[in-house]
Amino acid sequence: MESFSNKRKVIESKPLNLWERIYLPAVIKGLAITLKHFLFKKDVTVRYPEQKREFSENFRGMHSLKRDEDGRERCTACGLCALSCPAEAITMIAAERKPGEENLYREEKYAAVYEINMLRCIFCGLCEEACPKEAIYLDGDIVPADYLRKDFIYGKDKLVEAPLNQ
Amino acid sequence: METGEIIVRLVLIVVIFLISLVIAMYSTYAERKIAAFFQDRVGPNRAGPAGILQPLADGAKMFLKEEIIPTNSSKFLFIVGPSLAIMTACIGSAVIPWGQQIQIGSKLYDLQVTDINVGLLYIFGVVSLGVYGVMIGGWASNNKYSLLGAIRAASQNISYEIAMGLSIIALLMTTNTLSLKEIAAQQHGWHWNILYQPLGFLLFIVCSFAETNRTPFDLPECETELVGGYHTEYSSMKLGFYLFAEYINMFVSSAVMATLYWGGYNYPGMDWVAAHLGPVAGPLIGTIVLFAKIFLFIFFFMWVRWTIPRFRYDQLMDLGWKGLIPLAIANIIGTGLWITFVK
Repeated sequence: MESFSNKRKVIESKPLNLWERIYLPAVIKGLAITLKHFLFKKDVTVRYPEQKREFSENFRGMHSLKRDEDGRERCTACGLCALSCPAEAITMIAAERKPGEENLYREEKYAAVYEINMLRCIFCGLCEEACPKEAIYLDGDIVPADYLRKDFIYGKDKLVEAPLNQ
Repeated sequence: METGEIIVRLVLIVVIFLISLVIAMYSTYAERKIAAFFQDRVGPNRAGPAGILQPLADGAKMFLKEEIIPTNSSKFLFIVGPSLAIMTACIGSAVIPWGQQIQIGSKLYDLQVTDINVGLLYIFGVVSLGVYGVMIGGWASNNKYSLLGAIRAASQNISYEIAMGLSIIALLMTTNTLSLKEIAAQQHGWHWNILYQPLGFLLFIVCSFAETNRTPFDLPECETELVGGYHTEYSSMKLGFYLFAEYINMFVSSAVMATLYWGGYNYPGMDWVAAHLGPVAGPLIGTIVLFAKIFLFIFFFMWVRWTIPRFRYDQLMDLGWKGLIPLAIANIIGTGLWITFVK
């Protein structure tokens, strides 16, 4: 068949000639190449637990629920993140802010329970985009390994940012 | 034999046994490290500084693993296989001269467990016994892959033993003796046999690779085709013995190559060293030189392993029967002509 791309190459497989059939020249050539690697090439390994490679700027890692400049939780439990989540990893239970809790929650409605199932999460970042309150960001580290499925359901204790220091 | 000599011999046996075990152990570590360096990696570095305790950890792991003997295997032979493999690997080193005679008091002691006058034949006998370990183990497993691996190993070893034997015959024509002690002594200073038998050495080293089942001739345990080869069904320390036997074999065949072709414990300027350092330190330096040569060969074994891909089976047989054996015969004829007309 005719080639349309002009990229087709006809490869002949010729029988080896004597020089190739005694193998030794090729063997020595190969040995020289590997010896070069043995002596001169430096390894490129990152010694992982001790040494970490820097993440790229738009790396999406573990979620964190943000606080505002006064240290109040920004999340208002609107549920848009859960709605946008293609993996259905997010669930929450909303609650009303009581008088006197204004220093804890910015809006009148807040998430009493906020859970992300890290086994379901695909780290697409759609929750981040959906959030109208700039309350959730995937700016954390890699989610660590664990033994039990239930330990991968992260609640507010793991997700909410540490309170501001006064 | 008197008491002193017997004690020296016993000590020598124990020391050589321990040395070959330790070298085999650390060959596994060296193999992994060297492989890593050839591939621009780091290699084992967790157990101890730079991973130096890795072989101990591996050994402990091997002992603690579950021992599985397949129900339909022939149990007795299943156990005999690895035992035979490691035993034949360990006894090969008995005839290797590790150094010149050492003078303690007024007596001279050989640094050799035993100097039998057919030392070379002994080594060949032991090497060919090693095939039985593989063969019996693979067959007793009652597993097709194991059997195929064992058959490959057997036919490969037998084919390459012929070329190896023929390449040795040419060497024997120049040395006129089968005793390794005499062969080593003949190569005093720099009169190494490699200078007289370069082609013979080339054939010998290629055959050694085949005999020790190392790449490019590691078809018996070729993972992509035969799962694990002849030791597919083995687990725990029985598997460990097979793997260990391979490394001891590598050590012994390195020692044989160093002794037969690369002068053994001899090195240029050894007389001067012996005259200046006395009758104990002089020969011991020779022993160190021998070990340096052995380590170089072991390194070479590994170097080749991480460079060259495996032969296809028909290519392997082609090379053995149509390449090496005619070459070895030509080498014998050439050596004969050289002895008759030049020497």
